[in-house]
Amino acid sequence: MKQMWRDEQLRAVMAACVTLGFAVGVFAISFGVSSVAAGASVAQTCALSLLVFTGASQVSAVSVLGSGGSAAAAFGGAALLAARNGVYGLAMAPHLTGRLGTRLVAAQLTLDESTAMAAAQDDPAHRQAAFWITGVSVYVFWNLGTLIGALLGGAIDPGKYGLDAAFPAAFVAILFPLLRQRRPALAAAIGAVICMVLIPFTPVGVPILCAAVGILVGVPAEPPRVLAVAE
Amino acid sequence: MFALAGTAYGFKVLGLVLVGGRALPPVLDRCLALIPAALIAAIVVLNTFSSGQQLQIDARAAGVGAAVVAAWRKAPLILVIVIGAAVTALVRALT
Repeated sequence: MKQMWRDEQLRAVMAACVTLGFAVGVFAISFGVSSVAAGASVAQTCALSLLVFTGASQVSAVSVLGSGGSAAAAFGGAALLAARNGVYGLAMAPHLTGRLGTRLVAAQLTLDESTAMAAAQDDPAHRQAAFWITGVSVYVFWNLGTLIGALLGGAIDPGKYGLDAAFPAAFVAILFPLLRQRRPALAAAIGAVICMVLIPFTPVGVPILCAAVGILVGVPAEPPRVLAVAE
Repeated sequence: MFALAGTAYGFKVLGLVLVGGRALPPVLDRCLALIPAALIAAIVVLNTFSSGQQLQIDARAAGVGAAVVAAWRKAPLILVIVIGAAVTALVRALT
């Protein structure tokens, strides 16, 4: 533990992970508000965050219900949005090889945020630390933010403070370090374009899943590392 | 609600626990490493330009655009977020 605190890089990683968790918590306030506005009780709203714990799915489900959609439609979109966590699980699996119990807990914390923060680190120890710290801090702040939002209900309008943009802005910040290398940058560009093109034509959740096509950039073998040193 | 909770957790377990821990062919490893970049870029696009199933350019685009500039100038995470939210709120108030 002592050694951990001497590791400056790790401290920086922890600070970034907790900050991200906090930003997600701010976004959760707007989820809490919109969930109550869509007709869910405070308890139901909090239960969604505690159990489902997949922000995008929850937001999608309550917005479909709020705009008069059926429970089946709400479930379909939310399930499709949740499917990407399976893909993240695949990506994280090589780095999270603990006991079964540990991995079952890790599974619940497998999210956009934890996977992204882990991917931004360049060695296994920091990658694991980033995953766990982000996962736990997002869990805490997401549920706290949900509760605050649900209690505030109609008292505030999250859009007025731009809280709906806090979430994509945070992801912009996470994404940038990943773009330093050519392949992730190319994968990101392909993913973004595919998503943009599919939004008007496919059900909610599908554009994100299809964006995964971008990973095919990784199919050709890596070029010799000699050139990479110059980067 | 419990169906959604179960489904959401099911996906997570499927990827991490069932497939996890096995040695994968290098080509698959290379592709899996690119998942965060591809999907996060898509999430940014989705949360900035979509409203349900519609493309929509509104105040969020300005806010996220400002966040891109801040991130590009290597601003710390919290500043990027604050700038994104503040610019969105400002543009929304003015339009």
